[in-house]
Amino acid sequence: MALTDDQKRGWHPVASSTDLAPRHVFHGRLWGQELACWRADDGHVNVWVNRCLHRGVRLTIGRNLGHELLCQYHGWRYANRSAGCTYIPAHPADAPARTVCSHVYPSLERHGLVWVALDGDAGNAVIADIPAGGTLLRQMSVAVAHDTVRRALEAGGAAGCSPFHFRDEARALTLFLQPVDAGVTVIRGILDAGADADIARLRALDHEFAMLRDRLEREHPDVPQPIAAEFRPVSEELAKVPERRRRGSTRRMRVERKWCVAPDVMAFRLVPIDGPLAAFQPGAHVDVHLPNGLVRQYSITNGPDDTTGLVIGVKRETDGRGGSAALHDTVQEGDVLALSEPRNNFPLRRDQLHTRLIAGGIGLTPLLSMARTLRLSGVSFELHVFARSREGLPFADELKALGGAVHVHTGLDAEASSAAFARILADQGEKEELYVCGPPAMLDTVRGTAAGAGWQDDQIHFEYFANERKLDRSGSFTVALARSAVTVEVPSGRSIVEVLREHDIDIPTSCEKGACGTCRVDVIEGEIDHQDVWLSDAEKAANRCMMACVSRGRGRIVLDL
Amino acid sequence: MNDPVILHQWHVVGIDEELKAGAVKATRLLDRRLGLKRDAGGALSAECDDGHPLPLLARYGFLWTTLGTPERPLFDIREADEPDRVNVVTGSVAVRTSAPRCIENFLDMGHFPFVHTGLLGEEPHTEVKEYDVRIDEEKDEVIATDCRFYQPRAAAASAGGADIEYIYRVPHPYCAVLYKSCPFDRGRFDVIAMFAQPMSEEHTFAHTLMSVVDDTSSTTDIRHFQLSIFGQDKPILENQLPRRLPLDPRAETPIRADRSSIFYRRWLRAKNVAYGTLAQAG
Repeated sequence: MALTDDQKRGWHPVASSTDLAPRHVFHGRLWGQELACWRADDGHVNVWVNRCLHRGVRLTIGRNLGHELLCQYHGWRYANRSAGCTYIPAHPADAPARTVCSHVYPSLERHGLVWVALDGDAGNAVIADIPAGGTLLRQMSVAVAHDTVRRALEAGGAAGCSPFHFRDEARALTLFLQPVDAGVTVIRGILDAGADADIARLRALDHEFAMLRDRLEREHPDVPQPIAAEFRPVSEELAKVPERRRRGSTRRMRVERKWCVAPDVMAFRLVPIDGPLAAFQPGAHVDVHLPNGLVRQYSITNGPDDTTGLVIGVKRETDGRGGSAALHDTVQEGDVLALSEPRNNFPLRRDQLHTRLIAGGIGLTPLLSMARTLRLSGVSFELHVFARSREGLPFADELKALGGAVHVHTGLDAEASSAAFARILADQGEKEELYVCGPPAMLDTVRGTAAGAGWQDDQIHFEYFANERKLDRSGSFTVALARSAVTVEVPSGRSIVEVLREHDIDIPTSCEKGACGTCRVDVIEGEIDHQDVWLSDAEKAANRCMMACVSRGRGRIVLDL
Repeated sequence: MNDPVILHQWHVVGIDEELKAGAVKATRLLDRRLGLKRDAGGALSAECDDGHPLPLLARYGFLWTTLGTPERPLFDIREADEPDRVNVVTGSVAVRTSAPRCIENFLDMGHFPFVHTGLLGEEPHTEVKEYDVRIDEEKDEVIATDCRFYQPRAAAASAGGADIEYIYRVPHPYCAVLYKSCPFDRGRFDVIAMFAQPMSEEHTFAHTLMSVVDDTSSTTDIRHFQLSIFGQDKPILENQLPRRLPLDPRAETPIRADRSSIFYRRWLRAKNVAYGTLAQAG
């Protein structure tokens, strides 16, 4: 038997609030559909389809980590609220596509019960309004069809307010029927506030319902066939391997809080106006569309246990083009901004024995998110933060919460900083990774020091906030696209990305300054004039890939597009 | 049962040494009841519940029969015949799922750190490195090579972990063979095979065989090890929904690490295997 649209309609209770104990995953069922119900440490109740998207294993055998749900089979992690997958351990260097998202049912708690709307159209149905403060009875599961229980309740004198909601005045009871399956019904009773609710009375009511159950199961041994569970197909994009990157749409978010975290750094907490926050991973950033028309990228500082609003840190750039100034001076609490979905060019591996994080100034923001994630994952790490002075250290309170893993270095000149980097990067152990974010000069020094200390290119991960190299956009060249069978001329003053966009070939980009790595394309032949700061010197010399936003060709180049 | 591909296969139906001379044993295959018999002289025979006689042969320590007329003999595991190997029948476990779900799990490395913690894998060593998968058209097999995965206490001599090399073969829709680099003799491989007996579309008897180059472990040790491994897989398999393996690419979310499973599903789809599979998502 298949689930009907009629059955999907309306709100139904699937659990009592106390069934969702801390760090537990409760197995709920409604009209034959299995539900994974869990409460996060922040109190939020999640009700999801009870299947991991990857291989269909029940999430109810998974682990409630307090901020994420972990699938037992391959350790995929799903975020509180959005159900977006935040980590796939089999590919620790990749950020999961943010569209890997489990199905979330609308849910809420009322009258001590957890309610769910299967059709997702929760707005059109209401939950019965009954006086607060009643006493929830022990639920009674009866292995007969919902209609059978309904008729028995009505025959016993209860008035039907709806096919699933009854009022028994004589007993001062409100009753809800949960259709678990075609042949299984749960009776959930609430005794009126103020009615006699001592243990003897509760026992008597429980006994009455147990007798009702026994009688109905005896009189109705033939129950309808179970309703088949619905298996939703995943999106076509996800069914393909590997996943493609796509340009995201924007989302409106409200500035809930704006506060100063260092003399020239403001923090902003942004909350979605409707729906939950999209899932994000440590190292991810968002594009913020500002009132003056500029678009700026800011890293997310949140740990995985904070999924209600994004916190970004913005340093005032005195010689910038007005992006940070707009946020500092114009944007106020309560204002609404358009943000892109979170994107991640700086993914964090969690399969290492130890992780070293080095931050310079405001470069701390993505590393703060990483440090919080590593701490919650129980992975060993150290975070070094370089700042001009103690007072200039951003997010000092947040750093304090991370405890002994944080080392602050203040007031060092270039020479002393170099010496500090050398100390930090010495004694490299097995299975270690290094993540660096900060001003370009510092990144160059750290990358050089690390290479000298024997760190391999693939162990060093970095994010430039800017490409300070002066770009040379002179000279025209020809670009041939091997797979698209298109050849275009790139004139002086224009970029490959711009020219291809006119031909409807969209290379995903983010910073468009050669600093973020988003627009990396594979080169099949030709000489490249690399102008980015993202590729390592070895990668540039190998000439097998390029950053299409700033780098250029000489003569004719062939790209794998 | 209207799946000619599965009907005309040899299927495992029991353990050779458990059927004593003069004894009869009942089992199930493809929704039918079968009787297996070894007469006093040792000759094997079998009978279907409709009275039809069936062939019964002994191979790799197991008994095999067919309800149809197989075009080809049972697949070969060359190593099992090498004289210095110990071939251990490591047990049979009933699993409430389809045979293809059991085979797919057998091909999967990504679950080692989470399901076989401390034995076949361990966090934080979770990465599934790139490996090669192809379909050998001539032999009609799925083959995954150059698979490497970190295993704690990999070497018998040392307590440390190391990458272990694996090769996977799927020579039969419901059977898979795994070659795993041997800790005692470098350059040789231990062989572990899973033969899934489809009792019904969603009830499977999973039989395992280990053929090892190991002169230190007793047969009982080897059996206990393999049973404890499969004992960890069983609850996962029984909580996997739907129970039949979905062949529609949109039913689940594959990642690069799942290439052997992607090829296995494609291979079953190309063969039109319907028994124990689902063609459509949703």
